Amino acid sequence: MKSKIILACTILCSFLCQCTILNHISIGAIKPNLLVILCVSMGLMRGRKSGLWTGFFTGVLIDLFYGSVFGVYALIYMYIGFFSGYANRIYFDDDVKVPMIMVCIADFAYGLAVYVFVFLLRGRLAIDTYFLRIILPEIFYSVILTFFVYRFYHFINDRFMTSAKKERKSIWVLK
Amino acid sequence: MNRLKKVLKRVNFRFILKSKHLLAIMTLFCICCIIATFASGLTTAPFQDATAVVIVPFEKSINRIGKVFNDINNSFKEKDDLIAENEQLKQQLDTLTTENGKLISSQSELLRLQQLYELDQEYSDFPKIAAKIISKDPSNWYSTFMINKGTNDGIRVNNNVIAGKGLVGIVTDVGTNWATVRSIIDDSSNVSASAVSTGDNCIIQGDLELIEEGKLRITQLYDLDDKVTIGERIVTSNISEKYVEGLFIGYVSEVKQDTNNLTKTGTVVTPVDFSHLKEVFVITVNKSDMIDEQAEVTSVEE
Repeated sequence: MKSKIILACTILCSFLCQCTILNHISIGAIKPNLLVILCVSMGLMRGRKSGLWTGFFTGVLIDLFYGSVFGVYALIYMYIGFFSGYANRIYFDDDVKVPMIMVCIADFAYGLAVYVFVFLLRGRLAIDTYFLRIILPEIFYSVILTFFVYRFYHFINDRFMTSAKKERKSIWVLK
Repeated sequence: MNRLKKVLKRVNFRFILKSKHLLAIMTLFCICCIIATFASGLTTAPFQDATAVVIVPFEKSINRIGKVFNDINNSFKEKDDLIAENEQLKQQLDTLTTENGKLISSQSELLRLQQLYELDQEYSDFPKIAAKIISKDPSNWYSTFMINKGTNDGIRVNNNVIAGKGLVGIVTDVGTNWATVRSIIDDSSNVSASAVSTGDNCIIQGDLELIEEGKLRITQLYDLDDKVTIGERIVTSNISEKYVEGLFIGYVSEVKQDTNNLTKTGTVVTPVDFSHLKEVFVITVNKSDMIDEQAEVTSVEE
């Protein structure tokens, strides 16, 4: 229960930061994607189910306030969280290089998904422009941010959340 | 006893979902939501308000902290910078004074012409309220933002939003003390507009490829006489359903004939600096209200 509350607070704080503080550190109108970092971190540290729920609720928050169609971002972030959960079994979570590489892949997938869902369906074909102008800078910036933020998430997970293994029987963790 | 335990175990087992099944269920749920929004315009307003109660106060205070940082940053500015800026501002003041003089003369001319044509319905005195931008869209793909005023201050959906120099956007969602605004540079924004001198109608679209240059795309401009040239003023048109007539959008910077030889496309430069926008004005009258009012007036007259 305690871990769920901590997780909810972490999601909320990350969302607030993404919408407010990160605007101040944006370079060339591009800001890093803290929410992808959050989903990847939770997936890596706590497994597929935690990643899935983190992604789902993050996406719901975005959909509620900024999305035009309810459910699209929930879907995208949910899959990011779920698939980064596969790394939970393979890698140790105390090395920052793994999440950095995963954020790189996840953010690329995220950018591609948004392009397909929102732009390609409306007949905007200039993917090269979007890739060079938005997706690539965002990936680069997010990976750099991961280096700093991942330790923080790792600390929260280590210090405040009960280890995922103890909750093996709940639907929140990897089974 | 043993049997009971076994049964309990089995029952317990049924409540544990495998993660891939959970993924399938949640995917289905999301797709249902998407279809529901498309099909029936499912509204999420109650959830929005519930979460806004938690989020908006935080955003407001965080914004205040950001402002403090900005102030500190500004106070560290070098003296030389300030002197240079002062010099620049003085020059600007000179040009502005001359421009102002021109404007005053043209305004008096306008006043005269209005009296001449009895154009009483001036659109400069719409009821407006000032609002601050408290947060922006979390992704880099959209240009929507949240402001700190809501239904309590009389803001409604489809209210037009302007900044000092021109049209900024339109209110898409509104809560008690917040509202989200979609700016006109957003890739999904379409505004029905017209050229001032010729009255030709066109559509102004936001385009992600042009955002960097501060431009908008202009399409379906029907101008057979080739009268719309670079520098032409574009305002919102009288046939727009959601935008109040006559709000300034920008200047034409480029225009070329379409392959169909009937319409033209091009780009428009907007005077609003969207990346540094902090305060906006919301016009609290909708276009539909004005039409209703006019209809009432005419029916009374009859």
